[in-house]
Amino acid sequence: MSLRIDSELCTACEACVEACPFGAIEVVDGLACVKDNCTLCGACEDACPAGAISIDKKEEEVQAGFSGVWVFAEQRKGRIAEVAFELLGEGRRLADKLGVSLGAVLFGSGLADKAGELIAYGADKVYLADDPALENFTDDLYGGLLTELVREYKPEIVLCGATSLGRSFFPKVASALNTGLTADCTGLDIRMEDRLLLQTRPAFGGNIMATIQCPAHRPQMATVRPKVMRKGPCDDNRTGEIIEVELAGRAITARTKLLEIIEDLSEKVNLAEADIIVAGGRGIGEARNFALLRELADLLGGALGATRGAVDNEWISYPHQIGQTGKTVSPKLYIACGISGAVQHLVGMQSSDVIVAINNDPKAPIFDVAHYALVGDLFEIVPAMIAVLKDGGK
Amino acid sequence: MNIVVCIKQVPDTRNVRLDPETNTLKREGVESIVNPFDMYAVETALRLKDEFGGTVTALTMGPPQAEAALRQVVEYGVDEAVLLSDRAFAGADTWATSYTLAKGIEKIGQVDLIVCGKQAVDGDTAQVGPELAEQLGLPFVCFVRRLAEVDPSGGRMVVERLMDDGYDVVEASLPALITVVKEIGEPRVPSLRGKMKAKKLTIPVYGAADLNAAPDCVGLAGSPTQVVEVFAPQPRGDRVNIDGAPGEQARQLLAALARDKVLTVKVD
Ligand SMILES: Cc1cc2nc3c(=O)[nH]c(=O)nc-3n(C[C@H](O)[C@H](O)[C@H](O)COP(=O)(O)OP(=O)(O)OC[C@H]3O[C@@H](n4cnc5c(N)ncnc54)[C@H](O)[C@@H]3O)c2cc1C
Ligand SMILES: Nc1ncnc2c1ncn2[C@@H]1O[C@H](COP(=O)(O)O)[C@@H](O)[C@H]1O
Repeated sequence: MSLRIDSELCTACEACVEACPFGAIEVVDGLACVKDNCTLCGACEDACPAGAISIDKKEEEVQAGFSGVWVFAEQRKGRIAEVAFELLGEGRRLADKLGVSLGAVLFGSGLADKAGELIAYGADKVYLADDPALENFTDDLYGGLLTELVREYKPEIVLCGATSLGRSFFPKVASALNTGLTADCTGLDIRMEDRLLLQTRPAFGGNIMATIQCPAHRPQMATVRPKVMRKGPCDDNRTGEIIEVELAGRAITARTKLLEIIEDLSEKVNLAEADIIVAGGRGIGEARNFALLRELADLLGGALGATRGAVDNEWISYPHQIGQTGKTVSPKLYIACGISGAVQHLVGMQSSDVIVAINNDPKAPIFDVAHYALVGDLFEIVPAMIAVLKDGGK
Repeated sequence: MNIVVCIKQVPDTRNVRLDPETNTLKREGVESIVNPFDMYAVETALRLKDEFGGTVTALTMGPPQAEAALRQVVEYGVDEAVLLSDRAFAGADTWATSYTLAKGIEKIGQVDLIVCGKQAVDGDTAQVGPELAEQLGLPFVCFVRRLAEVDPSGGRMVVERLMDDGYDVVEASLPALITVVKEIGEPRVPSLRGKMKAKKLTIPVYGAADLNAAPDCVGLAGSPTQVVEVFAPQPRGDRVNIDGAPGEQARQLLAALARDKVLTVKVD
């Protein structure tokens, strides 16, 4: 692998000098020159406005120097997202298979005490950036900093939850690093012959599955669907290293500004994180009948979902919508009440572990994807379930 | 405001199935549609044009047939359309797609806002928007559900971004890129004028050479990711029908879920 500077194109603007995280470029006699401590990270290649810098990569050389599995540990309001622990469980398995270390990356403010949690769940190293500017998520700061850390520490695999946050800023990082990114994976594995990460994900609305690899670029990056991977055991005696990294002093600026975070307090809408979802469709009949489903959801500790039919009738707000033009979910349990099972709805929920369908039309297509089929009136069955749950079945 | 809307022609996912013999996609009889989210992107752009004037250009990368998708959105009021089409573009992943779209946008010229759909329903990646913004060096906001304030002369906008647990109010400088969700607003109906225009509009087609695109950055060759295999999802296990009176159905279901360890309730 080598770095070339085209003397015809170089204008000696020094953009590369500023971009280089290692101080490995200088301008001598009106031409950029590379020093021995160059790591071929590619920062200068991206920064050069004249396109004068190029890095030749041979496939077999790509893997050289990149080692370790990283998990981006998402936090919102100082709470680490469940999916981060799930990814540590999966990341641990992958790292052990490769015989490398597992790193967790944590960005936030006043979070130093949270690093230990990540170690307890399997991380060997925690890269912690503690800065007031990182308290809340912004694409530019999170993306810019993660890009630089990847260039400096060179992990071979970087994973993040396929949450709104992950799916927003991970593409920016992958693009900046000129590497591939596989979205919303539901399966990961290592092919031992060439140590490549095999990333499996649903496509075409879950009608097919595809396995993707990224052979010639590093790191290999993926966002992973919440609730699919298994959280490992929590071991408070595990030890690990906390590496503090600084945001300050880097040329990373935010071009967007978070003005306000509005939580949907009316109800639990974090469908991505819910283990159990009780969803209602047009069969619910009217807005106030959602109270019935809400009661069931509360008793089960679940969240409320809906079809577009129900949302379009304004019985419930759009963040609850599941399906092609709403959210994709895969909880452990999905209870569909009064939902016909239009394909646009099915694509958003058919990968749930267990699907229960309650519908008075035995021919409703929702029964085709159901594990438990209850033909009947939801207004009789749901109250009966509530009664059983309330008195423990007596 | 000069706005570019990125649209993608996609197979109607309802009909996409895998041929179990060959493990390839069965495409016969599968209709092509404009990606549903992109119709919201078109509507977003048209509303801004209604308010501030300017030009809305629809951009797509795809096979020659994708021109039909461009003509379709012109019916709704889009002014110009550009098709990026070249055999060399085939097989592009999100990196190569966003690279090529970025080259197309550079060709279109000065742009204040780029609007994409949240995701395309064929690949479901939701990556092309933010990757495109990064290629162009622009700020972006994903999953926008409302434009609270747009100030083209002041070079800024305030938008609401849908998150998992609510929404964020985000200010961004212009030019910028947004990806939009359904809540942004239902698409209008095509106008007669638009339909006339769609028939006549000349749509330029640019290939790799026209865009000055590096051959090793487009299509399959420029894609860091490769598909190893595609396969049909595991078929559902046998369905259990739970019949009887409602009370009996409820009890049996909860007992079964407890047996499956999906629920921790005790039902006897
Ligand atoms: C481009 C596009 C995108 C779309 N995106 C989405 C999407 O993201 N999500 C989505 O959900 N839909 C989406 N749709 C809409 C989808 O096609 C269906 O129209 C919608 O899912 C139907 O909602 P539903 O099941 O609630 O209503 P219906 O189809 O009207 O079904 C209601 C069901 O309730 C049953 N029922 C009625 N009363 C009772 C009772 N008392 N007890 C038990 N059962 C009862 C009926 O038998 C019926 O099966 C989209 C459509 C298009 C064209
Ligand atoms: N080939 C393409 N041509 C134009 N726009 C595209 C193309 N692919 C994706 N997009 C845009 O990027 C969005 C996200 O697509 P995806 O990342 O494929 O889910 C889509 O809603 C489109 O706005």
